[in-house]
Amino acid sequence: MKIHEYQAKVLLAQYGIPVPRGKVASTPTEAREVATEVGNKVAIKAQVYAGGRGKAGGINIANSPTEAKKAASQLIGTRLVTRQTGPEGVPVSEVLVEEASDVARELYLSVLVDGTSRLPVMMASEAGGMEIEEVAQSAPEKIFKSYIDPAIGFQPFQGRKLAYGMNLDGGQIGEATRLMANLYRLFVDKDCSLAEINPLVVTVDGKLLALDAKLSFDDNSLYRHKDIQGLHDREQEEPLEIQARDWGINNYVKMDGDIGCMVNGAGLAMAVNDLIQYCGGRAANFLDIGTLNNTDRVVNSFKMFVADPRIKAVLVNIFGGMARVDVIARGIVEAYQQMDIPFPVVIRLAGTNLEEGQHILAESGISFIRANDFYDGARKVVEAAKGAKK
Amino acid sequence: MSILVDESTRLLVQGITGSEGSFHTQRCIEYGTNVVAGVTPGKGGSKHLGVPVFNTMEKAMVETGANASLMFVPPAFAADGILEAIDAGMPLIVCITEGIPVLDMVKVHRYLKGKTTRLIGPNCPGVMSPGKCKAGIMVGEIHLPGSVGVISRSGTLTYDVVSQLTSLGIGQSTCVGIGGDALPGSTFVDILKLFQADQDTKAVVLIGEIGGTMEQEAAEFISHKMTKPVVAFVAGSTAPPGKRMGHAGAIITGSAGKASEKIKALSQAGATIAPTPAEVGLTTKRVLDGL
Repeated sequence: MKIHEYQAKVLLAQYGIPVPRGKVASTPTEAREVATEVGNKVAIKAQVYAGGRGKAGGINIANSPTEAKKAASQLIGTRLVTRQTGPEGVPVSEVLVEEASDVARELYLSVLVDGTSRLPVMMASEAGGMEIEEVAQSAPEKIFKSYIDPAIGFQPFQGRKLAYGMNLDGGQIGEATRLMANLYRLFVDKDCSLAEINPLVVTVDGKLLALDAKLSFDDNSLYRHKDIQGLHDREQEEPLEIQARDWGINNYVKMDGDIGCMVNGAGLAMAVNDLIQYCGGRAANFLDIGTLNNTDRVVNSFKMFVADPRIKAVLVNIFGGMARVDVIARGIVEAYQQMDIPFPVVIRLAGTNLEEGQHILAESGISFIRANDFYDGARKVVEAAKGAKK
Repeated sequence: MSILVDESTRLLVQGITGSEGSFHTQRCIEYGTNVVAGVTPGKGGSKHLGVPVFNTMEKAMVETGANASLMFVPPAFAADGILEAIDAGMPLIVCITEGIPVLDMVKVHRYLKGKTTRLIGPNCPGVMSPGKCKAGIMVGEIHLPGSVGVISRSGTLTYDVVSQLTSLGIGQSTCVGIGGDALPGSTFVDILKLFQADQDTKAVVLIGEIGGTMEQEAAEFISHKMTKPVVAFVAGSTAPPGKRMGHAGAIITGSAGKASEKIKALSQAGATIAPTPAEVGLTTKRVLDGL
């Protein structure tokens, strides 16, 4: 789960990490008030989950409270299109107004869990301000890493190694070491999946400051962080994905095609989408229906498809294991009873309670295209979608 | 032969009295698995599905000689259950639980260091040696005893692949679901090593997916250490970057996480790549026919 920059900075400050003075504003008038409070030159930063704000015009400098109000009015209520968003962009409903800093150097700092060593790793680089992936490509020697033993936590020697790696000196070494220890403490306390400060700047007077911050959290641990759950901004998510979650379908991702897919299991759902593309079609979504005890999620998946005007045909591909085929079949029949299904539906069923499931579909008299296997299902749904276009 | 589980497996179920634990324990018993004990704190001394239940892992192992554990403990308590099993000296833990916090698993991995316990999962369908032992939630009937090893990060996609193999008359030595999490207990390389050493496994089918670098590490191992043929498929060619595709581990965060990069690495290592997920069985047949 992601949160906004201003929320991340509040958390950083709670953990003793220096951040610029500032506050969030949701109206231009509020922005002017914050600018007056902060004084002098301020940065007006659009609060969106997507990166690449600077280049997209989402960050502006204002020299007076009046300018701050004007800059805020140009952002609030608009949609920001960055290289990380689609052409429709993401809504800006708040801006962070903060003291503009005089920057001498831009550094990079982050903590995440490394999949290979299965340990948290602190990464630092003097090449801040750019994506760490780009640095890894162009100047890998500038990235320094310290793997952290969870039993003893982050140690001062690790901080010194990274601080010297970033070419800091003098009192900055101790300051940076403490900052890193605090960032690790935050990472562990709040079950972050990523805690990134980019850039971590050295100001012209030699102080360290977290100029931008990105925190994201492990979805699996949110149950023990009620404070973090409340920070989520639904408006930043894809509307179809919000709708899916509201209907109990947690594993739904919007794709850009026109074939609706309902599958059980994440790997199988990905493979179904791959196979549809191989057969010349494009999936409109990834949908892993998970394990079912009732038919609700099947009916709701059909509601999703009916509500999505892009859908030309639907493929249901179920290999029953934990999920039982008869429950899925009953759900499909209920969906047909509850709504008009305006597109062809291809159904492939296999696994636990297959015969019962097939019997339920046959008895119901609903109209659908039966597929015998995985490949057959993909081929038939691509044909059906093409036919529907005519 | 087979790896990890066989006729000598004495299975213990952690969380045996829960609804999922009960349902799947019953199915394991029906398949012929020797389930010798269950553990649910507070229910010790009772019997469930004819199996004696204990309060602690230590007691259960001493009393029953269990040598493998299958876990259905809810995510908030699962890491503690794994730690208890490691502490009791359980040689093999198969953790089905989905949704364990990543930092809980970091602790588990730290505790595993220097111990002899092997962990499979979490968030996996389990381990199956057809005709011998089912320690998991997979559909028993689709399997056939034989000599192809299967390793996968996915559950239902594996069922599909296994049924493709079975329908072509290709049996399996052991099928191992390593799970869809970012920090699996055992990796592709860990299981490839076991298959390479297993006399009765002639070839291996590997089902990978987007996210992480486990497939690249497997490619490294295949290229230098594997003499047996490997057939591979990687799911998620059409997945968009930055989106979690169901599994916690299935998210493209860097270029190495892309399906195309993984397929390239595996192919260069000498694995035969199945062109589509529907042709893993046929590809395996061609490879076996060429042996």
